[in-house]
Amino acid sequence: MKRKTNLSATFALLPTWLVAVVVFIGTMAWSINLSFTNSTIFPSSTYVGFAQYAKLFSSAKWLASLQNVLIFGVLYVGGCLLLGFLLAAALDRKIRFESAFRTIFLYPYAMSFVVTGLIWQWMLNPTLGIQASVRSLGWESFVLDWVVNRDLAIYALVLAGVWQGAGLVMVIALAGMRGIEAEQWKAARIDGIPVWRIYVSIILPQLGPALAAAGMLLAMGVIKTYDIVVAMTNGGPGNATEVPAKFIMDNLFGRQNLGLATAGATVLVLGVIMIVAPFRYAMHMHSKARGAR
Amino acid sequence: MQSAVSIKDLKIAYGDNTVIEKMSLDIAPKEFLVLLGPSGCGKSTLLNAIAGLQDITSGEIWISDKNVTWEEPKDRGIGMVFQSYALYPRMSVRKNLSFGLRVAGLPKAEIEARVARTAALLHLDKLLDRRPAELSGGQRQRVAIGRALVRQVDVFLFDEPLSNLDAKLRNELRVEIKKLHQSLGNTMIYVTHDQVEALTLADRIAIMRDGVIQQLASPSEIYHRPANLFVAGFIGAPAMNFIEGRIETANGSPTFQSNELSFDLSGYGFKTPPVSGQATLGFRPDHLVLDGAASGLPTIPGRISVVEPMGSEAVLWFDWAKQTLSLRLMGDVTLLPGDALSPGLDISKASLFGADGSRL
Amino acid sequence: MARLHPNGPKPTQITAGRIGLYVFLLVAVLFFTLPLYTMVVTSLKTMDEIRLGQIFSLPSKLDFSAWTTAWSGACMGTVCVGIRSGFWNSLAITIPSVALSVFVGAVNGYALSLWRPRGASVLFGLLMAGGLIPYQIFLYPMVRAMATVGLYNSLAGIILVHVIFGLPLVTLLFRNYFVSVPEELCKAARVDGAGFWRIFFEIMLPIAVPMVVVVSMLQFTGIWNDFLLGLVFAGRDNLPMTVQLNNIVNTTMGERTYNVNMAATILTALVPLAIYFLSGRWFVRGIAAGAVKG
Repeated sequence: MKRKTNLSATFALLPTWLVAVVVFIGTMAWSINLSFTNSTIFPSSTYVGFAQYAKLFSSAKWLASLQNVLIFGVLYVGGCLLLGFLLAAALDRKIRFESAFRTIFLYPYAMSFVVTGLIWQWMLNPTLGIQASVRSLGWESFVLDWVVNRDLAIYALVLAGVWQGAGLVMVIALAGMRGIEAEQWKAARIDGIPVWRIYVSIILPQLGPALAAAGMLLAMGVIKTYDIVVAMTNGGPGNATEVPAKFIMDNLFGRQNLGLATAGATVLVLGVIMIVAPFRYAMHMHSKARGAR
Repeated sequence: MQSAVSIKDLKIAYGDNTVIEKMSLDIAPKEFLVLLGPSGCGKSTLLNAIAGLQDITSGEIWISDKNVTWEEPKDRGIGMVFQSYALYPRMSVRKNLSFGLRVAGLPKAEIEARVARTAALLHLDKLLDRRPAELSGGQRQRVAIGRALVRQVDVFLFDEPLSNLDAKLRNELRVEIKKLHQSLGNTMIYVTHDQVEALTLADRIAIMRDGVIQQLASPSEIYHRPANLFVAGFIGAPAMNFIEGRIETANGSPTFQSNELSFDLSGYGFKTPPVSGQATLGFRPDHLVLDGAASGLPTIPGRISVVEPMGSEAVLWFDWAKQTLSLRLMGDVTLLPGDALSPGLDISKASLFGADGSRL
Repeated sequence: MARLHPNGPKPTQITAGRIGLYVFLLVAVLFFTLPLYTMVVTSLKTMDEIRLGQIFSLPSKLDFSAWTTAWSGACMGTVCVGIRSGFWNSLAITIPSVALSVFVGAVNGYALSLWRPRGASVLFGLLMAGGLIPYQIFLYPMVRAMATVGLYNSLAGIILVHVIFGLPLVTLLFRNYFVSVPEELCKAARVDGAGFWRIFFEIMLPIAVPMVVVVSMLQFTGIWNDFLLGLVFAGRDNLPMTVQLNNIVNTTMGERTYNVNMAATILTALVPLAIYFLSGRWFVRGIAAGAVKG
């Protein structure tokens, strides 16, 4: 009896097995394999060792995109965590119209990166956007030209990204704060701990795991960053906002440079592993420490 | 005489919903007062109001002869222990104990001395560097008590501190709290719904119901002379037996009559001279004597339905006039269900309640 | 005198901290709403008015022509048919993708959590790993494979791709949901003689209705908002709205018509925003569930 029904379960999972093995493992192996060949428009079976990787890391564009994604990633994840936590703490203070505030802070998260990128491209438009409006108020020297400024374009992306993603952190942090038992608040009041100190010393440490999860989620998004760049700056000005995912896409479909693109994609996968592995390890140790008790 | 905690005309209401109605209560220095009642009776609300964690509607709260009605909790001179322990989970025991003192800016040496003294008192010395998650329930609660102790205040508030513990630990910690009170001599206000805790710990018990104190008296007074039917029914396990009937004063000395029974009430300590009317007779299972005939007491003839042996004692449940009554006796029992019995009742130990439920 | 005899509730004082709190919240509201506001007012202005450079001013008179242009006349390169075909394409892509991925994901979650056949944990691990890895590594081989079986650049193809890449998240959410269902329920049904599918359709699926709603919403917004997969797999005739929007805005010849761009942007964001504003807490539950357990 048990055997027969378990067979149905196995059967039901068959399509997913197919996807996991063929799509996830198979195509990845194929791509990684391609990265060691001299493929250009079409796949080639001439293996060139790490030549594509060497080429990749001597490409100014790739190195620029790595640097960009690092700056963007740190500021975007940090910005989302900070703003999200502050918003959550503010909403946690028994304020009026809490749900209206929450709705407003989260709505950008429902929108696509393309839409987000286009909105901020327009807001930051140097001739007709915020800059023009502020100047017409009399502040003639006001400058907000981030999207067209080589040195600042990456921060325009950060601004748009934080605007879109801070709400997610807020939701997670607020859920965590609501999960903290009321008696801890009472105990802290009896101890005479100021409110800000309660958030910093008592609540923040307890939200650690949830915020780490949110941070990891955002970091994964950073590695995949593509749409928002295409929509907002298309990598410019110059290489100022080039990112690895876009570099790969350009070489895959625009420049027909298969070997280089797959080498880039492989590096990206390694990047993901480098982000996820420590987190998973920490989770694992954490649950083991718990299990030991 | 001065009092440690004094509550004057306290009222707490949420809109139309009144939780505490015009309550006044004086607690003497060094007294151990237990607030006892079923859940929702307002006992925790009252304790939180004393702590300053609960907004009040009207009235005043005085602690150590100072009006603290508008004071912040930290300035009231109180320490509090919670049901869920409420330890700060990411801090070690040492930090949990010292956090409030550090925020208050006490000198380091003073903090260390206080923590060391408290840890020694509560046997926490070896646990100081552990985190709450690495402690057992009983250890956690000792840390929570320690956190109240380091504040070196006159009044301690306990909000159901033992409810989250298993029965064995509960008994152990109960004894420890009692010892603590005896050695420290602080005023303690202790909220519980557990009557055993109340009876064992308290100097005085305030039994609450629907935001009103039903009786404020010593454990023995509350057990033996409950002020009304609610108190009588709430305290004691198995619960007090109740028989509905009438008091008749027509034939000179008062009697209680129910079905074919008639008890002479001349041995009962009436608060006011008795009058004829509806009444309820209450008596505890341990106030029945198994062999009624030999004792010379008035008897209640019945038939045993269930026998519950409990080791050193046993409870007999017997049927009388479509009611099930209980009787407690010490030692082993040889009686079986179905056996007839005729226990005697000592009227002087019983309680009589009038039609309004209050003690006669 | 009142100071000497405090009685009743402490008089509430408006503290500086409280004021600061509301100031912070209002600034935050401004930060989050200004872009949306700007978008709406820009879409209602004429180009002449936009050239004045007053991005925050209200339109002098309401002009909906940008909206009609965006819907049916805006140009992508040299083709000027508006964004409406993208809207219908997105619907045609999103609805079947959501239905299929939610169904398969629910079955997966149910089988993985309550039946745990041989290899279940391996499969789950593979799925989770697949969900974390950037799409770029899968793209080229998938394009080739789909071209071989004739699904590349087709509606069925893009739907299949969305179902495949949706599986990790949907499976995870359903697995976590079914793990919390008491195992006794499944055991009792098996004692009653029900099999795998019967238990799924008659017991588990009805229990999981709230989860189905949450996951469907999450998937709907996710797939509607997708850009990359639509760009690569959908083909010219099936381009989703996001891709068409980007083409309209970023491949314009001549002067940019900002009012039309903003109208097209709002139109593209409208469906997920409608879901968000109408579903409220459900959406919040969905992203919280997806995020924390991710």
